[in-house]
Amino acid sequence: MKGRTIKRHFRESFKTLSRNGWMTFASISAVTVTLLLVGVFAIIMMNLNKVADDIENDVEIKVLIDIIEDPNQAKEAEDKLISDIEKLPEVKEVKYSSKENELNLLIEDFGDDLSLFEQSNPLRNVLYVKASDPQQTAKVAKKIDALDNTYEVVYGEGKVEKLFSFLNTSRNVGLILIVGLLFTAIFLISNTIRITIIARRDEIEIMKLVGATNAFVRIPFVLEGMWLGVLGSIIPIAVVSIVYYNVYNVLQPRLHGELVQLLDLSPLLYQVNALIIVLGIFIGVWGSFMSVRKFLKI
Amino acid sequence: MIQMNNVVKKYPNGVVAANGISVDIKQGEFVYVVGPSGAGKSTFIKLMYREEKPTSGEVIIAGTNLSTLKNRQVPYLRRQLGVVFQDFKLLPRLNVYENVAFALEVIEEHPKTIRKQVMDVLDLVGLKHKVRMFPNELSGGEQQRVSIARSIVNMPKVVIADEPTGNLDPETSWEIMNIFEEINARGTTVVMATHNREIVNAIRKRVIAIEGGLIVRDVDGGDYGYEG
Ligand SMILES: Nc1ncnc2c1ncn2[C@@H]1O[C@H](COP(=O)(O)OP(=O)(O)OP(=O)(O)O)[C@@H](O)[C@H]1O
Ligand SMILES: [Mg+2]
Repeated sequence: MKGRTIKRHFRESFKTLSRNGWMTFASISAVTVTLLLVGVFAIIMMNLNKVADDIENDVEIKVLIDIIEDPNQAKEAEDKLISDIEKLPEVKEVKYSSKENELNLLIEDFGDDLSLFEQSNPLRNVLYVKASDPQQTAKVAKKIDALDNTYEVVYGEGKVEKLFSFLNTSRNVGLILIVGLLFTAIFLISNTIRITIIARRDEIEIMKLVGATNAFVRIPFVLEGMWLGVLGSIIPIAVVSIVYYNVYNVLQPRLHGELVQLLDLSPLLYQVNALIIVLGIFIGVWGSFMSVRKFLKI
Repeated sequence: MIQMNNVVKKYPNGVVAANGISVDIKQGEFVYVVGPSGAGKSTFIKLMYREEKPTSGEVIIAGTNLSTLKNRQVPYLRRQLGVVFQDFKLLPRLNVYENVAFALEVIEEHPKTIRKQVMDVLDLVGLKHKVRMFPNELSGGEQQRVSIARSIVNMPKVVIADEPTGNLDPETSWEIMNIFEEINARGTTVVMATHNREIVNAIRKRVIAIEGGLIVRDVDGGDYGYEG
């Protein structure tokens, strides 16, 4: 395609945008609302995922070891248990903590009142195990439980599953909502393009009569759809960026040192804004393709 | 130049508008297509520029077999043809010059070539002095001249016209016919469907009469053959 032809297509697509006035406005508004929700949803989901990751990575399995009186036998049994656990393919690391160490941790947490237990320590020696994939935690815990010399195996049972199911539910609800909105926006855009096409039916007929290729006829309409998508992504990008910037600056100082952290501004906003504009262009181009195909019989 | 072999056209609603048409039109010929209303003249014309596809049979235009022509090749067929209609089909928002140039712009001709060819054909149809006027500022005859200019601006080998004088008064019709004769004299094949008895009987050319989707008469220098 020649340079002046491309210029012509751009000129034509801009002309019809302004000529369609209200329809253009309605389409852009629909795209704006859709993309705004997509943006907000993406930021919330990505942050929730981050929170889930943070919590997940903190999940470990606590293995209480059977008490064996004879120190030699005890040492032998513990070593065997450790090596058995390390042999499990899903296990990332195993840490040993003696019952004295456990008591010290308790004393740190709850105060010196507990120091009287130092005479006869009621606690057990413990192994802390991390799975290489946190989602496998439950399975690993079960396998360890089946090994010899384990008294009890505990992990954040229930809590972890609840978090995952909450994340999955909100992800699905959000996706359904967004898909619905995407279709609405595509529908509105294809309507706008349809009006353009009807208004220019004679022109299209003559173009085809004198030998214009289908691409030549189609491109201005596809461009028009693309502009609708691009224009519709301006407000969402601005709003999402400004709001997240402020939320981040208010919340992040308060979360200092906590387990849960917000995602940094830098990659997140670029990613989400890129998503918004790519989706906007996709909606616009797809919407116009739909009506061009139907109305031009091409 | 134009060949049809046993062409049948059955519309989706069941109407058979061509019922086994065979014809051979040579390069440089001037042919009238006549017949009663609903006989199938417009269908005959539409089959030639592939507005309609034949249900069966062959249509061959300038060596191209339209029966096997792919949809995406149709634009290149159309560039070899000029088509003129009763209702002119001009674009009201474009002036005379732009309406004619349009035909070359959509096939991505070079701007210099466009300017020269557009002015040449507007000269031929006698509208060089009205290039800046818009269709609604022109008479019917002038609008038809613009439409003819557009149909020949890419120098087609064939010009096809469906009742080009249908909307014009007798005197204007003669002027339009002069232009078609001029185009034909330059070697272009002209096929024209018409109801205009005076013209057919005065400017004697090959006459193909169609009735009920069949060619019932095909005479060189024949007359119109129907009562006005
Ligand atoms: N697109 C179409 N779909 C269905 N039937 C059609 C279509 N076009 C034409 N016909 C039918 O085919 C027959 C021939 O029509 P056509 O337009 O070729 O006649 P015509 O000779 O040009 O008539 P006129 O002199 O009135 O222009 C008519 O019966 C018409 O109703
Ligand atoms: Mg007709």
